[in-house]
Amino acid sequence: MITIQNTSKKYGTVKAVDDVSIQVHEGELFGLLGPDGAGKTTLLRMVNSLILPDAGNIQLWGLDPVADYRQVRQIIGYMPGKFSLYTDLTIEENLNFFATVFGTTIAENYHLIKDIYQQIEPFKHRPAGKLSGGMKQKLALSCALIHKPKLLVLDEPTTGVDAVSRQEFWEMLQALKTKGITIIVSTPYMDEARLCDRVALMQDGQIHACDTPANVVAGFGKTILGVKMTNVYKGLTDLRVWKHTDNVYPCGEYLHFIATDSHVDVASVTQYLVSLGHQNIDIVNVNPDIEDCFIELTRTH
Amino acid sequence: MKRFTAFVRKEFLHIFRDSRTMLILFAMPVVQILIFGFVITTEISDASIAILDKSKNEMTREITAKLASSGYYNIKHLLHSENEIEAAFKRDRVKMVVVFEPQFSKRFYADKQASVQLIADASDANSARILTNYAEGIITSYQNSKNSDVGAVAKPIETQVRMFYNENLDGVFMSVPGIMAMILMLVSAMMTSISITKEKEFGSMEVLLISPLKPFQIILGKVTPYILLAFVNVLTILAMGYWVFHVPIRGSLFLLLGESMLFTLLALSLGIFISTVAQNQMVAMFMSMFALMLPTILLSGFIYPVENMPYVLQLISHLMPPKWFIIIVKSVMLKGNGIMYVWKETLILMSFTLLFVGLSIKKFQVRLK
Repeated sequence: MITIQNTSKKYGTVKAVDDVSIQVHEGELFGLLGPDGAGKTTLLRMVNSLILPDAGNIQLWGLDPVADYRQVRQIIGYMPGKFSLYTDLTIEENLNFFATVFGTTIAENYHLIKDIYQQIEPFKHRPAGKLSGGMKQKLALSCALIHKPKLLVLDEPTTGVDAVSRQEFWEMLQALKTKGITIIVSTPYMDEARLCDRVALMQDGQIHACDTPANVVAGFGKTILGVKMTNVYKGLTDLRVWKHTDNVYPCGEYLHFIATDSHVDVASVTQYLVSLGHQNIDIVNVNPDIEDCFIELTRTH
Repeated sequence: MKRFTAFVRKEFLHIFRDSRTMLILFAMPVVQILIFGFVITTEISDASIAILDKSKNEMTREITAKLASSGYYNIKHLLHSENEIEAAFKRDRVKMVVVFEPQFSKRFYADKQASVQLIADASDANSARILTNYAEGIITSYQNSKNSDVGAVAKPIETQVRMFYNENLDGVFMSVPGIMAMILMLVSAMMTSISITKEKEFGSMEVLLISPLKPFQIILGKVTPYILLAFVNVLTILAMGYWVFHVPIRGSLFLLLGESMLFTLLALSLGIFISTVAQNQMVAMFMSMFALMLPTILLSGFIYPVENMPYVLQLISHLMPPKWFIIIVKSVMLKGNGIMYVWKETLILMSFTLLFVGLSIKKFQVRLK
């Protein structure tokens, strides 16, 4: 179990992590969601002992990453955001190196990485630099797992990876979870939130919500209308200046529209748009998802 | 231990798989010693000269023959009048013109005073000085032999010059110690600082820090291959110096190798120190270049003698570790001295090493910034 309490980290005057308190439960797949620059990497690095917090307290099964960093490093498997294996070494050499450095062998923990490693094993004599993005990611995950860590810390593992590989990767994480490994994964992709047990939404160093994806969505509490018309761009600017508009933003092929009060309905929005000469107006009710929650939460804070 | 050997193995793989690194490590020392040995040389051989002989008698012909047979000069032109001197310098690019006055031997025997004028192209001041010095020497010894022939008293004071430790004033004797210092600096300091900062730049240092490897294991694993490679380089340079340029090794070979290893350690500790300060390979390379290579070449007495520098630069040169190493190498290789004569310099190198190791340990981060 991981407890982060009132943790802060400043770089100059920028608060990278600002008074963050969250808990990650044992055996959980925990998602840290947020756009680039939200402070996710800094927070993860404080958890895995690579960065000292300015303030606050972090505990991993009772270990403090500041004082007990040696023990903490023993129980963590870490995959940094940047591909950080040796591009001039082959797949096998990389894996062997990390196994030896962590005081184990590939054979000893093969069962743990088997599902992942088997996919890249046919290319084991290929230098890591010549692998595709998805294969690099599988290798990096294998290397992070080879010493059977208690906690797996993954920093944006799916950034820059194609959609199919992303899907596969999340399936691998689900499989690892069943082996009792606690996983913290950061991602800028909101659609990945539903694959996590619990998520924390982070922006500008602050956590705006921390719950199961369903609860986060349930807490949204406002009605969203999806609005579409011929000239979407003009529609967006027109809706932005409307006195009944709380917020409007493009989301897929629709504009997501949130009204200031509940009696603004489909009819009144249509009437407003027609009065401004819009054509082919299509308005539907939309169920909020994590992205809507995220936009709402970061806007109101 | 298993961890450590795995690390060293990985380092060797990095080195052997990168052709550029291999080139720097193994081709450069050879190329450099050849270049410095053959090109940067203060020796004169076959310099083109012209003779304007206005007396044309046996004596002037003998002197001319002596100049020609010395090996230093190549007589390109025989001039007929003063007007041709300028053209000889400009068009024919001769380096020196020797002018004998008319009635040379008559004046030598009758007046006891005959003049030879040496006109040198001093646009290259150094070679002009050397050319005229050598010519003066040849003419003086000729004069002495003539004086004794006719039973005349030689000049009351006769200077006899002998160049100890390097009889022929071979420039390569100077170059070998300097090149050793330079190559060891390059291989040890620059290559280690680059290879450590490379891990920082590519992010693998993050993973290494997270691993159970202790900082000293990471550092030691990084430098071990370079200790071995630097040793190979020392042997290469000494062998090339000995067999290609006939630079003698008069002192103990073991002492020489020992001092070289000490200097390698010093350079490695400098490299480690640089890597703790520099955040990426570019910075590490520039720091090594400007902080190490240039001073090694300019301020260590490798090319320019320290004694002729302004006082301030002389003081700075004391802080240049290569200076002390070059003194040691010259002393052991050329003079055949033992440790008794170089213990002070050795001690200085040791102190530098300890200083940089200490600083590096202090600066090495077990965390990221």
